[in-house]
Amino acid sequence: MSALAAEGLTRRFGGLTAVDDVSITLAIGELHAVIGPNGAGKSTLVNLLAGELRPSAGRIWLGREEVTAWPSWRRALAGIGRSFQRSNVMRGMTVLENVRLAAQAGEFPLRRWLRPAAREHGPLRAARGALTRVGLREAEERVAGTLSHGELRLLEIAMALAMRPTVLLLDEPLAGLGPEEGERVAALLRQLARDHALLLIEHDMDVVFAVADRLTVMVEGRVLERGTPAEIRASPAVREAYLGQGA
Amino acid sequence: MVVAGRAGHALLALAAAGIATMPLWASHYHLQLASTALVAAMFALSLQLLVGAGGMVSLGHAAFFGIGAYAIHLLPPGLSVLATLPAAAALAGLAAAVVGALSLRTRGFFFLMTTLAFGQMLFFVFHDTPLGGGKDGVFVTRPALELFGLVLEVPRRSRPAVMLWLNLGLLVLMYAGLALLMRTLFGRALLGIRANEDRMRALGYNTRRVKLAAFVAAGMLAGVAGHMQAMTEAFVNPELLGWHRSAEGLLMILLGGLGALHGPILGAFAFIGLAEAGTLITERQRLVVGLVILAAVLALPGGLAGLRLPRRERRQPAPAAVEAARP
Ligand SMILES: Nc1ncnc2c1ncn2[C@@H]1O[C@H](COP(=O)(O)OP(=O)(O)OP(=O)(O)O)[C@@H](O)[C@H]1O
Ligand SMILES: [Mg+2]
Repeated sequence: MSALAAEGLTRRFGGLTAVDDVSITLAIGELHAVIGPNGAGKSTLVNLLAGELRPSAGRIWLGREEVTAWPSWRRALAGIGRSFQRSNVMRGMTVLENVRLAAQAGEFPLRRWLRPAAREHGPLRAARGALTRVGLREAEERVAGTLSHGELRLLEIAMALAMRPTVLLLDEPLAGLGPEEGERVAALLRQLARDHALLLIEHDMDVVFAVADRLTVMVEGRVLERGTPAEIRASPAVREAYLGQGA
Repeated sequence: MVVAGRAGHALLALAAAGIATMPLWASHYHLQLASTALVAAMFALSLQLLVGAGGMVSLGHAAFFGIGAYAIHLLPPGLSVLATLPAAAALAGLAAAVVGALSLRTRGFFFLMTTLAFGQMLFFVFHDTPLGGGKDGVFVTRPALELFGLVLEVPRRSRPAVMLWLNLGLLVLMYAGLALLMRTLFGRALLGIRANEDRMRALGYNTRRVKLAAFVAAGMLAGVAGHMQAMTEAFVNPELLGWHRSAEGLLMILLGGLGALHGPILGAFAFIGLAEAGTLITERQRLVVGLVILAAVLALPGGLAGLRLPRRERRQPAPAAVEAARP
């Protein structure tokens, strides 16, 4: 069964249709990459799936449950974790506190609101675990606002991980990472895909073809092509519209 | 927003002890002045929960202060303070729940304007209807001081001292309660929301519910402050609800420091002290106070509570932020 499914998703901004009749399914154990040129609607798609934006048309299911009308926080609690293309963190707080807030979100029902935060060892462990996985453990005491661009990308991933989601929507997690960090994160993505339904947006074709199980190519809001990396590589439409220059 | 450390709390406790001894050496006039400052500090502290902790800048907060004050007028006279104080908090909290539920649909500037509108609406309810006894205000009977069924008869002469101690005790309780609150999961979430509300939503926090809870709690505390205002003065008038008073509260926390929980207490005392000093040297009191505050805010970005920070900043970037994030 698919972990997350969307059907006929459409989102208009005034006269512009940023996402146009897109259907997509994500399954646990599968890394599904979405590629496409700038402005193709990839981030808008993520925002629709995560609940940041309401679709103009279309429906979304998380497992068996329809979540189209759910606000983002409720989808997050139900298992959709995401990272942002433009790093979006609590800049004045430490790295650890950022990730810990992510880990705590799921343990914040009303009756636990007044518990002393210092006694919450579970979220602290989860937060440190996530930081270790992305390789930021050393930086946990640093204020997020002082991190480099690359470190912020890692923090984004750590926060998404700390939410312990079943579905991970990662919007260009590798953008701006150095080659070494990039390789480590690519390996991490492969690992995560084993027990998550993972949607990856990425511009670097080498990485995409190396890690993706399935690919969706978007152009101008529409799905141009869909298939395995090999199929996409061979697709004349994709070559023409997107890979044209180098492939 | 940070909660002061051990040294800071020792200093605060020392100051509180000093104030507690005032009846031994200060005039009645100065006891009353100190009570005014203590009540202002309670009000500013309640506003700090909203602004410093939650990032919600409101121009309607005095409405809850005023409702707490008018509670004494609205309740039958002769009740014990043990009944009127919770009632004042409850009434103010109820009003805050309604105002908060509606105005928290907005953020930033629009939130400021919505709270201003609601605050002025409530102001006019007490200003223009017979409910509050008219626009010139009314005298109220002080609630009885009753503890464990024992009614304390306070002779007129010792009333300023008793009110001072009562106000001081409540301020200390309020501060301690808020310091503990900031250490809870709720307090952490609130700080996260102030830092980046959209991100907190994406992480799975129902941010509007958290903010509404903070809004109601702040309203209740303002109601407590208002109750003590009415009890100290034995008089209420609609000005207690007006936006001027909300703005004064904002000035106090700005002056004292948005970055520290105890900032508003320093700010309130400085504000009341300045106003007092202003009346002594000039008739243009408000102008002087305004200029001094302007200068202070420009010179001290962290407010009075941030006075020590610059030296530490060298070694450790953004200490306030680091503290805020400490477990
Ligand atoms: N909130 C918005 N309001 C108006 N237009 C928007 C909004 N968000 C996105 N758009 C427009 O929708 C289109 C798709 O944007 P989107 O960010 O989804 O593209 P993308 O595929 O993520 O691009 P990139 O690779 O540059 O990140 C763009 O033309 C963009 O300008
Ligand atoms: Mg994008």
